[in-house]
Amino acid sequence: MNKLKLLDLKKKATQIRKHIIDEVFSASSGHPGGSLSCTDILTVLYFDEMNVKTNDPKWADRDRFVLSKGHCAPALYAALAIKGFFPEKDLVTFRHIDSYLEGHPNMNHVPGVDMSTGSLGQGISAAVGMALAGKIDNKDYRVYSILGDGELQEGQVWEAMMSGAHYKLDNLTAFVDHNGLQIDGKITDVMNPEPVADKFRAFGWNVIIVSNGHDVKQIKNAIERAKTVKGKPTMVVCETIKGKGVSFMENQYSWHGTAPSKEQRDQAFKELDAYLDGLEVEVNG
Amino acid sequence: MAKIATRESYGAALAQYGEDKSIIVLDADLSKSTKTDTFRKVYPERHFNMGIAEGNMMSVAAGLATTGKVVFASTFAIFASERACEQIRNSLCYPKLNVKIGATHAGLTVGEDGASHQCIEDLAVMRALPNMVVLSPCDDIETKAAIKAAIDHQGPVYIRLGRLGVEAVHSAENFNFQIGKGITVLDGTDVTLVATGLMVQESLRAAELLKAEGISARVIDIHTVKPIDTDLLVKAAKETGAIVTAEEHNIIGGMGSACCEALSQNYPCIVKMVGVEDKFGTSGKPAELLKMYGLTAENIVVKAKEAIAAKR
Repeated sequence: MNKLKLLDLKKKATQIRKHIIDEVFSASSGHPGGSLSCTDILTVLYFDEMNVKTNDPKWADRDRFVLSKGHCAPALYAALAIKGFFPEKDLVTFRHIDSYLEGHPNMNHVPGVDMSTGSLGQGISAAVGMALAGKIDNKDYRVYSILGDGELQEGQVWEAMMSGAHYKLDNLTAFVDHNGLQIDGKITDVMNPEPVADKFRAFGWNVIIVSNGHDVKQIKNAIERAKTVKGKPTMVVCETIKGKGVSFMENQYSWHGTAPSKEQRDQAFKELDAYLDGLEVEVNG
Repeated sequence: MAKIATRESYGAALAQYGEDKSIIVLDADLSKSTKTDTFRKVYPERHFNMGIAEGNMMSVAAGLATTGKVVFASTFAIFASERACEQIRNSLCYPKLNVKIGATHAGLTVGEDGASHQCIEDLAVMRALPNMVVLSPCDDIETKAAIKAAIDHQGPVYIRLGRLGVEAVHSAENFNFQIGKGITVLDGTDVTLVATGLMVQESLRAAELLKAEGISARVIDIHTVKPIDTDLLVKAAKETGAIVTAEEHNIIGGMGSACCEALSQNYPCIVKMVGVEDKFGTSGKPAELLKMYGLTAENIVVKAKEAIAAKR
């Protein structure tokens, strides 16, 4: 990854983060914490990896993405809007009564959304189905999905793990947004799913650990390595920070599903804009 | 004439229409019981066993359907409609994906396996889901037609099927199956027996018993529980003034309830209901169970007389 691409991705990720804050602020509800923690994964997928066409969202040969942790829709919507699937200005209608941008992604209303999600554990199964279809049809497309680490408490995730490995779906790469927090607290306090990497290995998946889930280079490398693995799906366990990029939200589970006030929104924008300015200096020397 | 279980007809229909390469069949370790193995023998490359994991099966079916597949997901009615209910709701119905649920072993006539496997709530649960079409065919010909109609319909369909061999009601000639259109299998003027599944056969028997007593009973086969055929029901209410519903299902929320909902809003009429009276089944032979729970022609006759007596 060259320096210009790297900076561009960092910029995109920061723009997504600003949109997340604005979406949740304008809706007075939503899930900023987990949206901010999976932002960099989405950035790499939509701006440096996935083969999609914004003018033909249902293109049969496209790569697919399923946001299994559907409550992080603000991040997905922002990525899709910046990509060009729909106008960025619509993002602030998030969760409004007359908006197509519902609280959780709806594949029939939002261009670019490949699967309706929101009920945890179901998206990864749907991703298994899409990957299985790719195998049946001898298609080259790849399927991506992001799970939350709290989501791993859903039994269906492990049913999906079994089936993905059983049918040798090496066209499927999933990510765990391993931020360690869920609504009620630390995942290890609420219902400990650890050791997650060992569990995925035991279920027959290739596992890649990304020690910094906000480092787009590491994420990109993991995706490239996953493509070389034959006969099994890959789980990329990304170590992330809930609320990443907004100082007062970082590592605070109270920001799982809370909207910022006007002052908090402005403060978050100040921090993110300062980061963006720093990036501009890097680009322009 | 040989009795054929509707699950047998289901397997045969899948094999019959399975030439279409977009058809994919999933099963949850019950392919010999659900009869999807009949399809597998012909098209093994398009049959996938998902193991004993029904929730995952429904969501995998959803993923397959997003790519244009017509997916049949099969297991026993109890595990489809209730264990995997929320997956059916959120993964299939909400996005209106093209998945057909072949739910076998519905009702008490599962028999000896007993209450844990006797699904008497599926019609209630499935018809409450927006976008879902609910089919409940009564015999071989109708089941095959229902499968064909389900393939042609764009969106999720729940198909209720039985384990017990049943007599033919319909003949192939002039048989016309349309989703949402009930079939009048016997005309009559004094009372209408509205039935679904194997209670259609019992209702025809009941009509004979009533005829012997000088009562003319109409019999309607409601193969589509949702959308219910309101026009046909209203016509029957107007012309016969009394209705008895009969289903191998809890009397709460099923086909009978659907009829009452349609009639009460359009042409209120006395309705007596034959069904399982809000209790669990038990182990036993199918015929013994139907008798024990009042799912018989004789009980339909009793209810028909009550309905006629209550006419306004």
